[in-house]
Amino acid sequence: MEIPYAVKPRPDTGLYNAKVGIWLFLASEVMLFGALFCSYILLRVNAPDGMWPHHWLNIPLGMTNTLVLIASSVTVVLSWASLKMGNFKQYKLCQGITILCALTFLGIKSFEYRDKFVHYNVVLKDGRVADGHLQKAETNDKTVVLEGWWPKDQAQLMNPPLGHEEVKIEIPRDQIKTMENYGPWHHTYLAIYFTLTGLHALHVIAGAIVIFAIWGPLAKVWEQDPERYINRVEVSGLFWHFVDLVWIFLFPVLYLL
Amino acid sequence: MQPTSHADAPVQESHHAEPGFWQKYIFSTDHKVIGVQYGITGLMFLFFGFCLMTIMRWQLAYPGHPIPIIGHLLYRVLGEGMATKEGVMMPDLYNSFGAMHGTIMVFLAIVPLAFGAFGNFVTPLQIGAPDMTFPRLNMVSYQFYFMGGVLMLSSFFIPGGAAKSGWTSYSPLATLTDPSLHPNGQTFWIIGMVCLISSSLLGAVNFITTIIQLRAKGLSWMRLPFFVWAQLVTGFLLLLAFPPLEAAAVMQLMDNVLHTSFFLPTGLVVSGQMLHLSGGGSPLLWQHLFWFLGHPEVYVLILPAMGIVTEIIANNTRKPIWGYRSMVYAVMVIGFLSFIVWAHHMYLTGMGTRIATFFQTTTMMISIPSVIILTALFISLWGASIRINTPMLFALGFLPMFGIGGLTGLPLGFNASDIALHDTYYVIAHFHYVVAPGTIFGLFAGIYYWYPKITGRMMNEFWGKVHFGLSFIFMNLVFMPMFIQGMAGMSRRLYDGGVRYMATPDVVGLSPSVVGLNVNITHAVWGLGLAQIPFIINFFWSIKRGRKAASDNPWEATTLEWQTPTPPPHGNFDKPVEVFRGPYEYSVPGKSRDFTPQNEPERTEPLTHGNPVRS
Repeated sequence: MEIPYAVKPRPDTGLYNAKVGIWLFLASEVMLFGALFCSYILLRVNAPDGMWPHHWLNIPLGMTNTLVLIASSVTVVLSWASLKMGNFKQYKLCQGITILCALTFLGIKSFEYRDKFVHYNVVLKDGRVADGHLQKAETNDKTVVLEGWWPKDQAQLMNPPLGHEEVKIEIPRDQIKTMENYGPWHHTYLAIYFTLTGLHALHVIAGAIVIFAIWGPLAKVWEQDPERYINRVEVSGLFWHFVDLVWIFLFPVLYLL
Repeated sequence: MQPTSHADAPVQESHHAEPGFWQKYIFSTDHKVIGVQYGITGLMFLFFGFCLMTIMRWQLAYPGHPIPIIGHLLYRVLGEGMATKEGVMMPDLYNSFGAMHGTIMVFLAIVPLAFGAFGNFVTPLQIGAPDMTFPRLNMVSYQFYFMGGVLMLSSFFIPGGAAKSGWTSYSPLATLTDPSLHPNGQTFWIIGMVCLISSSLLGAVNFITTIIQLRAKGLSWMRLPFFVWAQLVTGFLLLLAFPPLEAAAVMQLMDNVLHTSFFLPTGLVVSGQMLHLSGGGSPLLWQHLFWFLGHPEVYVLILPAMGIVTEIIANNTRKPIWGYRSMVYAVMVIGFLSFIVWAHHMYLTGMGTRIATFFQTTTMMISIPSVIILTALFISLWGASIRINTPMLFALGFLPMFGIGGLTGLPLGFNASDIALHDTYYVIAHFHYVVAPGTIFGLFAGIYYWYPKITGRMMNEFWGKVHFGLSFIFMNLVFMPMFIQGMAGMSRRLYDGGVRYMATPDVVGLSPSVVGLNVNITHAVWGLGLAQIPFIINFFWSIKRGRKAASDNPWEATTLEWQTPTPPPHGNFDKPVEVFRGPYEYSVPGKSRDFTPQNEPERTEPLTHGNPVRS
């Protein structure tokens, strides 16, 4: 038994099965991320004045990642077009670049994540607040050492002046009231940031694995059944474009606004 | 390029070796086997969910009395916090049974039966397809469902027990129950839900693609049986409504495990203690996301049943469905409108009167297409010489029961009357009328109707009729009194069934006669349980010993699923299918038989009757 239209398009719809399937799947993905974006809007609108943070993320890094993903979108299309023209070598090259772009993106993203986890906010018993990156080597069981600054008040902490001066701060442990790093538990902005980018990163990983599988281990399908192979590249490419598109929305929403 | 010859190679290989037991029944990719897997698993969950409720009903009717027979067992298995040594149900157990009854019935019983089982078995047959478009995805979808079920069931046995915050799992309650236990029942619930959502999503993609791509030659959209239309719209509802719940589930999981505050507001005080939270979350956000799924979900529960009932009514009235096209348009309108009515579950949350007015308007609008479908089905009965058999009885029972369920929903949809009725037993009565004597009757009808196609044997008619008659009586005895209780103001989440409100002096409480109905309802629940025994026996007995179906088409039906061998082999149809006409050509004047299958070619000889003038 063979499923009809698994490779050839059905004449009246003009589509092969997997293409219909991936578009439907992407529709559901739109709803998934749509719900999270709506949650972001609602949480932000609900936040009291001045309590929604700005400039907590590194814009140049985010911009770089945006460019990396846009570049990968181009190479995905080029690789599909190369196959259509029968140029398998060029496909291999282009899709190889796509995979490298995905890895670069994930590398930069994990660097940004790590930065948040070593970034501490320390409230002292006298009411002052210190904010900065933990210097693990110099920190011991008596003192905590941060590379950071002293925000005047909550408002300044929420909206740190660009290019504020970072100094070395030594705080004796017995003066600390609370100390918390910038994980998702620290602020609802970080919670939605980690959820959105984490879910997006999972999509990047999944997309990269599928593209790699087609590119490497399954490459022999090209000789046996080129049409099926091109379809696979097309479908995985559609998914990859969606992943890029989500990031195009994520970047301004989380980094710039 | 020479794709086709190579593409065939792996497929033909699988033909050579006869698949073993595991391949054939457990890891099958055949839509019929998967449909049966869904069916059996779903029926078991339906039974289990019913059992949870019978135990709760005991507590409601006889609060504080030890549960007979299994009370001790509950104490032994679930521990001290859940039941006393004498076998009295504790509040925590009542709460977790309540939450799990809802979750199991909706997500593990009705949806898998209506969509997974009937959708899987019948849809590809009705559109003349050899299988679903993505058979392996179909198998994975069942496995996700199974995993979700196992997670939900196992959560009863972890410390703290299963989820206790209602099937709606409202935050902050859901996050703050058993916060010291990790993982707790709520965590299991969320992860189980993520499995079930993934299963439904894969299923939805598969169903919609199948219906778009694999329709047989000549099977144009307006020739599709109504059942297929219902499944198509259901597929879209699942596809687009479930992901927001998945997002919400992820956020609640973060709240529970990583201590974020998506749904926890600033300054939350629990037992007199301010919680250490980052705050800034919104409990309403959870409700919006939940009901954005929750309301389309109601239509996921009811549309497939409407589809089944339509098939059976057309078949047993022996005439075309009245207003087929209107029904198709109505079901599409339902699908669309069901996405913009969700906040009618939230009139009392303080979201504001303007928003409430908007949702009140859309809610009234959505009742129109539902009434169109029901009316079309009623008019279809008009003037027919109705063949009364078990499936038809259940289908006929569905109509007034769903009618009651639907019409009693209107007072809940108006926000003025909802203020009084919200969160009372009236709500329970309303949606159970839709789902229990409504959808479940539709599902029973479907089981009796398609049984001969699945097994090649008929179920026993006499015991089928007994099953119907008793179920019909007891369903009404169970749910009708709840309308009265609800209108008297009885809240739906009382562990003692309202006794405390009745007993407190100087409080305008519940009258003893209203609280006393709890006992009658509980008796009726036992009756309803006993009424299922003929069905269960009939179901298993008929597999081997039922009367053999007279032919491949024992009901003399027109749709394509009856034009296959019985049971349909792998690949379904012997020869390529071509469709020549609409789905319900019964009693066509001038034909020798009173039914004309969709795939029967038009005769070449001139018609003696009918309308010869056609431009």
